[in-house]
Amino acid sequence: MRLLTAWPVAAAAALALLAGCGDGDGSGARRPTLVVSAAASLQEALTACSRDDPKARIRLSFAGSDELAAQIRQGVKPDVFAAANTKLPQALHREGRLQRPVVFATNELVLAVPADGARVASLDDVGGPAVKLVVGSADVPVGAYTRDVLDRLPADEQQAIRANVRSEEPDVKGVVGKLTQGAADAGFVYATDVEASSGRLRAIALPAQLRPVVAYGAGVVRGADEPGAAAEYLHGLVRGGCADALRQAGFGPPPR
Amino acid sequence: MSGRPWFGPAIVAALVVAVAFLTLPVIAIFLDVGPGRLVASLDDPSSREALLLSLKTTSISMAVIVLVGTPAAYALATRTFRGRSLVITLVELPLVLPPAVAGIGLLAAVGPSGLLGGALSDLGIELALTTAGVVVALTFVASPFYLRQAQAAFTAIDPALLEASRTLGASEARTFARVAVPAAGPGLLAGGALALGRALGEFGATLVFAGSFQGITQTVPLAIYDKFSTDFDGALALSAVLVAVSAALLLGVKLVRGGEALGARVR
Repeated sequence: MRLLTAWPVAAAAALALLAGCGDGDGSGARRPTLVVSAAASLQEALTACSRDDPKARIRLSFAGSDELAAQIRQGVKPDVFAAANTKLPQALHREGRLQRPVVFATNELVLAVPADGARVASLDDVGGPAVKLVVGSADVPVGAYTRDVLDRLPADEQQAIRANVRSEEPDVKGVVGKLTQGAADAGFVYATDVEASSGRLRAIALPAQLRPVVAYGAGVVRGADEPGAAAEYLHGLVRGGCADALRQAGFGPPPR
Repeated sequence: MSGRPWFGPAIVAALVVAVAFLTLPVIAIFLDVGPGRLVASLDDPSSREALLLSLKTTSISMAVIVLVGTPAAYALATRTFRGRSLVITLVELPLVLPPAVAGIGLLAAVGPSGLLGGALSDLGIELALTTAGVVVALTFVASPFYLRQAQAAFTAIDPALLEASRTLGASEARTFARVAVPAAGPGLLAGGALALGRALGEFGATLVFAGSFQGITQTVPLAIYDKFSTDFDGALALSAVLVAVSAALLLGVKLVRGGEALGARVR
């Protein structure tokens, strides 16, 4: 019987917990909670700079930029959307889902190989026999950049490399994981991913004429709960604490 | 009874909340795609390849699970040995393991640089990022569902039945094949359906261990995730197929179970 009287209390407690999972801003000084949907490649840099944000509590959600954009199109409303290209933020802006986006960082697409016992020493080796290559899927920015690179190669080389693709990962972290776990011999990732791999991966730079322009765009989501704080966070990405963290992680400054 | 007049309405309300919460997403999938668009979306080559691949890998995986799992469950049900409960716990562990952890574990065990990776590659066996790897991932996450159910089914057989068979001169192998398996049949079927449902829906372990490549390792759940960003209709259509198959499996289990209960009553 005591159990029976306890359950409404338990239910109330569960409801309170659930409410706490929302973005309720409890009591005390107003410190808004900001939800930031960001490209997987931004994970290390943004996690570092958002932890101690003095103005807002930052909730970061990382995935392939295309998946995050699809969520926004389905009506999910984070406060800020930061993508590994400028195409997706611009498209969302045109659709009226994002305020005017800004470019806040650049990156470099590289060929990454395991640091020890690599079977691939240059781009020329990638099309070789029995080389296992992992790339991003066509929709995620890293995969689109990879296809841009391949498209600029001579047809036979392109074909040999495409034939070696073993997996098309939903985001760049998937490519990194396959490489660090030794499941693949080479993969196309960003220079910052190699930097963040604590020495487990080695970057092979692509020839300048093949290198795609990798620029990161971000914007405030229309209808966001915290547009003011979101605008400030965006500003910080361009020239604040997060900009410093991005430079430290190896991201380039936005083109002027 | 009379002291708690709120209790009756409260449990009914809880049930209504639970049912609404659990059925709404499933209903939404079918409301969002009309039947016409559903069929049209399935006409996409990547959807068809994903369905075929799922069919193929799940069938192989189920064959392995049933062939190895049935005698293994019989051993667990009929033998007492030291460390038996430890073995049962180990076998059931993948049930509560997060799928991504299962994938990492498989890479660490049978991936190219895993524990057995060198030995396997000496034998010319490659699992990571291959169709065979998908089968391994499905088998790993789905087999405990079968093992558990099969063990329970074998345990529930009246020992006198097995004893009688042996007394009549049947060998243990014959007793297993002719008496135990038929008697445990409904339970085995139910376990098989549960394992099949789990294997069809597998996502995390497959992605981590086998990757995602159209026609090779991209099963239906991976294709759904891949389509989500560009082809929401296609993702919904494939989801609807999985829901339909899963519902059919569940219904099948209920029917078998119902028949079992009925049979028991008739007997």
